[in-house]
Amino acid sequence: MDHLLEMRNLSIDLYKGKKTPAVKLVEGIDLTLEKRQNFGVVGESGCGKSITCSSIMGLLSFPLSVGAGSSIRFQREDGSVSELTSLPKAEMRKIRGKEISMIFQEPMTALDPMYTIEEQIQETLRFHTDMNRAQMHDAALEMLNRVKIPRAAEILKDYPHHLSGGMLQRVMIAIALINNPRLLIADEPTTALDVTIQAQILDLMNDLRESYDTSVIMITHDLGVIAETCEQVAVFYAGQVVEQTDVNTLFHAPAHPYTEGLLRSVTSLSGAQKELYTIRGTVPTAGNFSSGCRFADRCTHCTEQCRKSIPPLSEIEPGHLCRCFLHSKKETEGQA
Amino acid sequence: MSEILLDVKHLKTYFPIKGGVIRKTVGYVRAVEDVSLTIHEKETFSLVGESGCGKSTTGRTILRLIEPTEGEIYFEGENLCSLDAEAMRQKRRDMQLVFQDPYSSLNPRMTVRKLLEEPLITHFKLSQDELNERVLWISGAVGISPEQLDRYPHQFSGGQRQRIAIARALITRPRFVVADEPVSALDVSIQAQVLNLLMSLQEELGLSYLFISHDLNVVRHISNRVGVMYLGRIVETGDTEEVYTHPLHPYTQALLSAIPRRDPSEPKTRIHLQGDVPSPANPPSGCPFHNRCPQCMGICKETMPQAKDMGGGHLVSCHLFD
Repeated sequence: MDHLLEMRNLSIDLYKGKKTPAVKLVEGIDLTLEKRQNFGVVGESGCGKSITCSSIMGLLSFPLSVGAGSSIRFQREDGSVSELTSLPKAEMRKIRGKEISMIFQEPMTALDPMYTIEEQIQETLRFHTDMNRAQMHDAALEMLNRVKIPRAAEILKDYPHHLSGGMLQRVMIAIALINNPRLLIADEPTTALDVTIQAQILDLMNDLRESYDTSVIMITHDLGVIAETCEQVAVFYAGQVVEQTDVNTLFHAPAHPYTEGLLRSVTSLSGAQKELYTIRGTVPTAGNFSSGCRFADRCTHCTEQCRKSIPPLSEIEPGHLCRCFLHSKKETEGQA
Repeated sequence: MSEILLDVKHLKTYFPIKGGVIRKTVGYVRAVEDVSLTIHEKETFSLVGESGCGKSTTGRTILRLIEPTEGEIYFEGENLCSLDAEAMRQKRRDMQLVFQDPYSSLNPRMTVRKLLEEPLITHFKLSQDELNERVLWISGAVGISPEQLDRYPHQFSGGQRQRIAIARALITRPRFVVADEPVSALDVSIQAQVLNLLMSLQEELGLSYLFISHDLNVVRHISNRVGVMYLGRIVETGDTEEVYTHPLHPYTQALLSAIPRRDPSEPKTRIHLQGDVPSPANPPSGCPFHNRCPQCMGICKETMPQAKDMGGGHLVSCHLFD
């Protein structure tokens, strides 16, 4: 396998009781992540972007589970390939925090208030390495310096409530990167932070990524964060990938009406016109999806065909995938 | 220029810090420190700043939901600080508030109709027919259909709940509305819907807004004038376009440069601020921004700069322009 991570036909089920069938929260997700790639996952709340990425880490718990026929293949450090959906728990623990790490949205709640920063950084070292006390202390200190925390030696002895949100997020990044993982999953890492602090953290992540050779999956609802950090982007809508391409194409030539609408409602903010562009209606909730295209009710280009069948995720140009009949039609016309 | 509706002069709001066994006051959190602003009729004035800078406290103090420590608030020429509780309650008919989180600001045990009737019952003596008429009028204006009126808040999405919260604020036909982060809890595609609604209602009803937000793009779109707050003070204020295109204060410049780009091919020109916002319980001496300012001078550490008019009502508090 040449890729770092391959997700094939991933679905996630929500258990609703013995008698009701499970609801599919996400369906048919195919993602491929190359080594050293920065992959962005963008979508509105409830579109399934976070659970998709949690499933990589094996963090789904009852009533959520990975559906039958899903596959997530990950290339390990020793070159072997593991199927993460069926990996034994003990083996999965060796991957978490070592080969794949994660940064969560709220640094204030992700750290344990009862332990000092040093103990929390060392926890992952103690589990995955055989360093002694002094080595772990030095490693933690060095790591805090690398994430540009001032007075690192003093901060190590502090508890989480002593630090501000921006500082805590730096500590989280330090914990995530200390074992030099192959893949870092960042779930809305800057959403809880102010803009000036967000800018600091995004720059730090860009710097570190280069020096650590780590692939990053950036989950966010903010297209600005995507523009700042990513190379490839997948747009999620109602549990499906609706468009996937490189970041420049996404911003300059979006193909799916939903992506176009999102970009227009954001860019029209800085424009001169008084009326903002809006996507009419609201996001459908899981379990209430129509049998056709899930965006059909909100789409301005909706046709008869869109309501009848789900459009396939097809390649409209090399490397540019889009789930819309508008483009598959053009394609067939072009061939004819 | 239209008439001045609200005039706030040297407003201060301090919260005491209690300590020790007898809960003695040991210090103050200076949440709002000498804020002066004016809002004209049918105008939107925005307060923008990072969390903890005192923008929400300013909004609430103006409505006297929090009592000011010092300063004067003139609404339609009347000093609100001198009013007693009953007179203030009546005044709130004309000044209302829209809260940030539509999930916690609506009583889950009341139907939408009851929620909308409540402010009318508090402020007016109306018959049931008149109540119904008003409720139908406002629900039509914000886009809630009559058959939805007997539902409960949990049956609505976030965007619709925010419409209900706006309807509740506007049903008494106020002249002035404080909108405290009204779109921050909403998704991008829904934000635009609510912002359009706020702007069309402003035109229809002749409202003035004090719009509080940390989202610089939203503020640019909706407001006529903007005030940038830092650590309880307004450091720069002026016409929105003027402030966004020619920011003068180093903090405003850094704040604007920190907005994530909307276009990946745009060049990066970012001003890096070191460190975090200091605590308002223990603000730095002199200019509150001096310990993070890239252009800090000797005088900044000692004296607080005064607001200076740079022309056209563009005020800036910085020693660079002395």
